[in-house]
Amino acid sequence: MTEVNDRPATTAKAGLEFAGHELSRASLDSCVKCTICETQCPVSAVTPLFTGPKFIGPQAERFRNGESVDHSLDYCSSCGTCTLVCPQGVQVAELNSQARAVMKADHMPIRDRLVSQTTLMGKLMTPVAPLARWALGNKPIRTLMEAAVKVHRDAPMPPAQSQTFQSWFASRPRPATVPTRGTLVFFHGCAGGYFEVETSKKTVEVLEHLGYEVLVPRQGCCGLAQQSNGLFDEATASVLKLCDDLRSSGKDLTIISSSGSCTGMLKHEAHEIMGVSDDRLADVGTRIRDTMEFLLDLHDAGELPTDFAPMPMTVPYHAPCQLKSQGIGKPALEVLRLIPELTVVDSEKVCCGIAGTYGLKKEKYEIAQAVGRPLFEMVKATNPDLALCDTETCRWQIEQSSGVKTVHPIWMIHAAYGLG
Amino acid sequence: MRKLAVDVVVIGGGSTGAGVVRDVAMRGYSTVLVERADLGQGTTGRFHGLLHSGGRYVVSDPLSATECAQENAILSRIQAGAIETTGGYFVCCPGDDPAFADKFLAGAAATGVPAREVSVGEALRNEPRLNPGITRAIEVQDGTVDGWQLVWGAANSARHYGAEILTYHAVTKIDTADGAVTAVHCTDLKRGEDVVIETGFVLNCGGPWAGQIAAMAGAHPVDVVPGRGIMIAMNHRLVNRVVNRCIYPADGDILVPVHTVSIIGTTDVKVDDPDHLAIEPDEVQQMLDAGEVLIPGFRNSRALHAWAGARPLIKDNRVAAADTRHMSRGMAVIDHTERDGLDGMLTIGGGKLTTYRLMAEHIVDAMCDKLGEKRACRTAEEDMPPSGAGKNYVVTHRLEEREHDRFTEQIICECELMSRKMLTDALAAQPNGSFDDLRRQLRLGMGPCQGGFCSMRATGIALETGHIDIERATALLRLFLKNRWLGLWPILYGDQVRQTALDNWIFAGTLDVEHLPPPDPSVRPEPEIEKKTPVAAVMEAGVRS
Repeated sequence: MTEVNDRPATTAKAGLEFAGHELSRASLDSCVKCTICETQCPVSAVTPLFTGPKFIGPQAERFRNGESVDHSLDYCSSCGTCTLVCPQGVQVAELNSQARAVMKADHMPIRDRLVSQTTLMGKLMTPVAPLARWALGNKPIRTLMEAAVKVHRDAPMPPAQSQTFQSWFASRPRPATVPTRGTLVFFHGCAGGYFEVETSKKTVEVLEHLGYEVLVPRQGCCGLAQQSNGLFDEATASVLKLCDDLRSSGKDLTIISSSGSCTGMLKHEAHEIMGVSDDRLADVGTRIRDTMEFLLDLHDAGELPTDFAPMPMTVPYHAPCQLKSQGIGKPALEVLRLIPELTVVDSEKVCCGIAGTYGLKKEKYEIAQAVGRPLFEMVKATNPDLALCDTETCRWQIEQSSGVKTVHPIWMIHAAYGLG
Repeated sequence: MRKLAVDVVVIGGGSTGAGVVRDVAMRGYSTVLVERADLGQGTTGRFHGLLHSGGRYVVSDPLSATECAQENAILSRIQAGAIETTGGYFVCCPGDDPAFADKFLAGAAATGVPAREVSVGEALRNEPRLNPGITRAIEVQDGTVDGWQLVWGAANSARHYGAEILTYHAVTKIDTADGAVTAVHCTDLKRGEDVVIETGFVLNCGGPWAGQIAAMAGAHPVDVVPGRGIMIAMNHRLVNRVVNRCIYPADGDILVPVHTVSIIGTTDVKVDDPDHLAIEPDEVQQMLDAGEVLIPGFRNSRALHAWAGARPLIKDNRVAAADTRHMSRGMAVIDHTERDGLDGMLTIGGGKLTTYRLMAEHIVDAMCDKLGEKRACRTAEEDMPPSGAGKNYVVTHRLEEREHDRFTEQIICECELMSRKMLTDALAAQPNGSFDDLRRQLRLGMGPCQGGFCSMRATGIALETGHIDIERATALLRLFLKNRWLGLWPILYGDQVRQTALDNWIFAGTLDVEHLPPPDPSVRPEPEIEKKTPVAAVMEAGVRS
């Protein structure tokens, strides 16, 4: 069908009208029923509650006409594995996300609105970080929270920090070295701004060590959590606002991010799931690079210094679904293998289960745990003290469920360059 | 030999025959319907699924327009389960004369066809894939109808009133004595048994085959001119309303959303033999071009299946002016008494599926007149099972049903969401049925995989549940695949090629269907109207060699 949707989906109505009408709907024509997506779906492998990606995607879509009758599709975690493995190019996960948005449009749970407020959570928790950390680790409080908003008592929560990344960036001493390689824009995302501050700091320090000037414009949320909860209206507004924010630093600059899932939102999800067709998004989406993808590009061009200190250890690495969906392979694995004496073991597991906010939800917590269990076991068996993963919520899930500290791969690069 | 005796024999199990046998039975006559194949296997099963609002005829044929509008309202009520009240648009496409829309609106007002002009913006909002260059849009009450459910609904209603429905009974001879019909001879094709039905009246509802039937009674030739039309089903609903071009009726000017597919149609080419309908490549291209006018990008969508149907057009110069009493421009009742000196037989031709109930009313009224009896028609007042609740069909129905039974039911046909229970129930109801008989009731194999995955499952279940033996399993599976292939070959391009290649690997490679032991000679394939294409003939030759 039509390749370009020139109708900007800037409202929920437009977003929902898009759902089921354009690119993804057309892609169902490519399904040959081979069932490969069903064999790889991490959710249908562990629960009969979910009818599977082929069923709710290319099959059920032919029976949809505005009215939502198949509520079980909400058990899809939107991990995107189905789209990734489909050899025919069917946008299975996108179809499912759109159908869910239509289904939830008139009865969005308050909980789903709350858990998509990622920036708000950061803003509220940072000033009271010790209290927030205590409260979110307190059983009676979490039990109350579970009853009140149906967020499971054992689900991982974002770790509150006392200082935001932006505050650190503005107040730190300026780097002593003079940039020799040009300028980059850093997109930290909500988690990287408020919770995974250390990852953001280390990314900037590595980029500066390599000789780049790093600009960090004021920036909002990409809207991914809203999108995955079916709030297309809010998500569309968020992502376009973010594009404006990132473009304010200058045209043609490469944008770097250590938030793998937010990068995916900008690269393809906002367009393919919500039908946002806007020049600003197209511009940002083609300029943004995942941090490890960028480092691998440098290495491939012979421009990455490999004077890494040896790190004699073995660590498990898990490639998140939303990184794999970007079609960039597993760049972290290749870059980390440049560090002498470091053995990185690919988890080769499909999914950790969390899928953004899916695994937080009371009714889906057990499913998410079952999805991630083989990964948690692998991580514990490989190294009980340290694991690597590119995206925030996946790290929180792995750490909470395996008890193994889990960090972004940039931490290893940072350490191997002797940066602290 | 089996012997029966009834007041009235209805010949032909399409929509007309089914409507007629219901009407006859409801008026209190004992009656039998005989059909050489399955119900709705001829013209009724080979149309595009449109329940006319009457809009199509407001300019060209005002009487038909009014009849369609009235019958549309009646059928949507009494056969709700077979009909989806989608609504429809007549749109002026780029290059079409926008002034035709004025004629259309005037015609609609004059014929009582509900119609309302809407803004182009509203039409495009409701049907986003429509050609954005349309200049005018008129909303009408077009609907879509499942022809097989319509026919089976009427047949089951007739049974309720005591009628007997004999499918796979081919009429071989019609006896006459002293200028009147006395009996109809048939062969029961499933059992190989002769059946003789003594009767005083035959209602010939053979559609394009009506001439052949009339000839069996020694009537003068009835000049049937079958008009061939081809249709193509696209993989999903590109529109959710019927979309018509707002022009004088022409080829390829309607796109109809029926069940999960949308159907573009149709052509009109005179043919000699309704049993041999080709699907010509240039007509396929003509339909795809026509679709492109309504929906830009139509050609990039996936085509699933093509088929051809024959319109039952009757041209009869022998019809006297007096006979037109029961005729409208769209339908004709031929009285063989005046024409041929033969009492006890009426032939009906023309008409359209939307007016099938009215056609039945006309011919049964004519029969009552000839018999000198007054028995009122009640078919418009009474709901037909199983749609008693009056709830119209909607496309989400099966998805909703599978949502409810998803923990207990296997899905056998994934494309059309047919459960195992639906299949086993249908097998129990039609134990001698072919898989095409089941397909017409269940939509087995009618989705994108065209039987690639469901046909071997259905075969396995039929065997496992004891409905068929291994010989019959082989024969039925092969027949089903062959019939699917006939409709696939003419549209093999784009996405459907990949599916067909995969299906072929499964059946020719993994299952090696072509080299299964030959079926027992006693297992005869059911008569299936052939849709011969030159290439299909070559393929069959290849299979034989």
